[in-house]
Amino acid sequence: MKEDDAILAVLARHGNDGSRLMQILRETQEALGWLAPETITAIARGVNWPRAKVEGTAAFYSFFHTRPRGKYCVLWSDNITDRMLGNRDLMQAMCAKLWLEPGRLSEDGLVSVNTTSCTGMCDQGPALLVNYRAVTRMDMARVEQMAELIRNQVPVEQWPAEWFRVEDNIRRKDALLDHGLVPGEALAAAMERGPAGLIDEIKASGLRGRGGAGFSTGMKWEFCRNAPGNGDQPAHYVVCNADEGEPGTFKDRVLLTSHADLVFEGMTLAGYAIGAQKGLMYLRGEYRYMKDALEAVLARRRDDRLLGKRILDKDFDFDIEIHFGAGAYVCGEESALIESLEGKPGRPRIRPPFPVTHGYLNQPTTVNNVETLAAACLVARHGGAWYARLGTAKSAGTKLLSVSGDVERPGIYEYPFGVTVRQVLDDAGATGCVQGVQVSGPSGVTLSADELDRRICFEDIPTAGAFMVFDCTRDMFEVARNFAHFFAHESCGFCTPCRVGTQVVARLMDKLATGHGSQYDIDEMFKMHRLMQGASHCGLGNSACNPLFDTLNKFRPAYERRLKSLEYEPAFDLDAALSQARQMTGRDDAGAHLENAE
Amino acid sequence: MSEKTKLRVATTSLAGCFGCHMSFLDIDERLLDLLELVEFDRSPITDIKHCGPCDLGIIEGGVCNAENVHVLREFRKNCKILVAMGACAVNGGLPAQRNHLDLRDILEAVYETEGGLARGVHIPNDPELPLPLNKVHPIHEVVKVDYFLPGCPPPADAIWKFLTDLLAGRTPHLGHGLLHYD
Repeated sequence: MKEDDAILAVLARHGNDGSRLMQILRETQEALGWLAPETITAIARGVNWPRAKVEGTAAFYSFFHTRPRGKYCVLWSDNITDRMLGNRDLMQAMCAKLWLEPGRLSEDGLVSVNTTSCTGMCDQGPALLVNYRAVTRMDMARVEQMAELIRNQVPVEQWPAEWFRVEDNIRRKDALLDHGLVPGEALAAAMERGPAGLIDEIKASGLRGRGGAGFSTGMKWEFCRNAPGNGDQPAHYVVCNADEGEPGTFKDRVLLTSHADLVFEGMTLAGYAIGAQKGLMYLRGEYRYMKDALEAVLARRRDDRLLGKRILDKDFDFDIEIHFGAGAYVCGEESALIESLEGKPGRPRIRPPFPVTHGYLNQPTTVNNVETLAAACLVARHGGAWYARLGTAKSAGTKLLSVSGDVERPGIYEYPFGVTVRQVLDDAGATGCVQGVQVSGPSGVTLSADELDRRICFEDIPTAGAFMVFDCTRDMFEVARNFAHFFAHESCGFCTPCRVGTQVVARLMDKLATGHGSQYDIDEMFKMHRLMQGASHCGLGNSACNPLFDTLNKFRPAYERRLKSLEYEPAFDLDAALSQARQMTGRDDAGAHLENAE
Repeated sequence: MSEKTKLRVATTSLAGCFGCHMSFLDIDERLLDLLELVEFDRSPITDIKHCGPCDLGIIEGGVCNAENVHVLREFRKNCKILVAMGACAVNGGLPAQRNHLDLRDILEAVYETEGGLARGVHIPNDPELPLPLNKVHPIHEVVKVDYFLPGCPPPADAIWKFLTDLLAGRTPHLGHGLLHYD
């Protein structure tokens, strides 16, 4: 009955509150290894939810296991940058050493090896997660040693600490990374001005959301502050979106590693501005390893009267709690993130109403990106006019770029908005000739070598921060194919255009990859792009074909050289498809064969 | 004024259940209107065995064996417009449920090891019989398809709307109410 006690302890820690289901499931899984049917039943009873609803959440997230998981669960990050660093060969070697097939639990239930979406270590890959702890810089020697440790059942806690070292790799600092603020400084300055004064400064600064969409932060806070709240217990909430899931993006990891105070202070500022008492940080499950360090920062801030009751002796109570995601990219979309915070599958809501009026627990909620909140501290301290002078006319301030791929110095580069792509490439030491740059991740834009004078700013190329570089030796078709499979895996399945469309696109790309492609398939891909962009429920489906569309337009030969015909080709080898029937019947007559082409 | 030429239409069922054809017949008395506008070539309705040049070919069912491939290619060669009618033609449908099993295991189970078989039964190897493909495929994986008409089966009204659009020279558009499938 040890299991039951463990479940009850987790439930008690969360007050049997179903809206905390994500945390309940994660902590239960950490205690018991996986979420067995009887575990789900016990949790459902505990939170007084229908069992199907609990199971629905457990089944939605790829980091929750509703089947036995094995003592060691190795997940290789499978972003294109990991692939360029040779993750596929390393994974194959690991599987061979462990006598495993990828995705299958070993016969003895000891270990499984599989892939996962980008883990945010693109500047120090190939990366993986072992039992959800991040490992960087994999190589053949580490693969061999790791397989040995797994076979000998050495606990992960005793593995070489060096493997778990995550570097910041900050290469260029500007106003934000060189902020020089001490904890509480921005908050004290804001409290001088009062909530309305703070919002005025934020508006005057021109600060826009750093998650990519670029909505005015001041307006968002003002809308939220003015929303009355709903029901018997009206409240306001601050949510920090730290679900940095866009492949190629890792700036939030660095901010939270080295400037956590600034981010938490930004959340506190937002809480002060909108009249909230509670802030929630939604941190992606891949960054679980940061938990203790972040909790320590929160504890210190409570000790310093920067969180908790009567902050800085003013009439303002505010505290922050960290929630973890569980491996679902779509939760980066703010309304899906809120659903997840409430213990539900991360499916984007229908909007309006927007979170600023009906967000977390149906209350007014401001959801801001990590970097936005950090930047808000600069505005609070130095004023809106000071901040507005940085950057360009419509893109005030600076932007952190996560640079990876074919450059000598991958890492974090901070620039005032308006920097050219060429400048970034020069600073990062783009090796050899540059063929393409993927800005803002798979859902962003693919640039060709003709476009290097374009600028990073809302006027030209808006970005959440990813900046992946591909030199002339890379195959841009394979880049797009990697992204197509990423979206097919990450579609939440709610709407048909995206659920089916992402799969259709992935299969068309595979058809081309296996040499069965034709002009017909390319036409089909353009059709899918138009259909999904117009008919999908949220941004994931809308943007899922962006890399396809861009590479088809800018790198057409990468596709054309794979085409078998300019008209139509079957998707598979027709004659080979009769092989098993021939084998079983012993036939080899003319009727037992098919011409592959007519 | 010369008589307006009728559209020539062929239909067939591959790995399907003829349910789509039954739904087609469900357009009921509108069949008479249709016959004013079209004439049938190869089709279960006419029992013509091979397809000649046609304006429109309608395919029910997916591709599960070598004969399906031949018939489908005959249609594609002869029809200016080829339509996948119903879930099996569009996606593989029910017959594709066998795709997660190995064909060799299926043949062995059905003809060799299952109970209730007559003595001496073996997997048939008569050249008259078409060989099954390793997997069942939607028809667009074997030939180019121009239009897809989803549903299991597509309702008669959807088939009617589709045909009348096509006959009137409009791009077929099912729209709300008639198109409610994945």
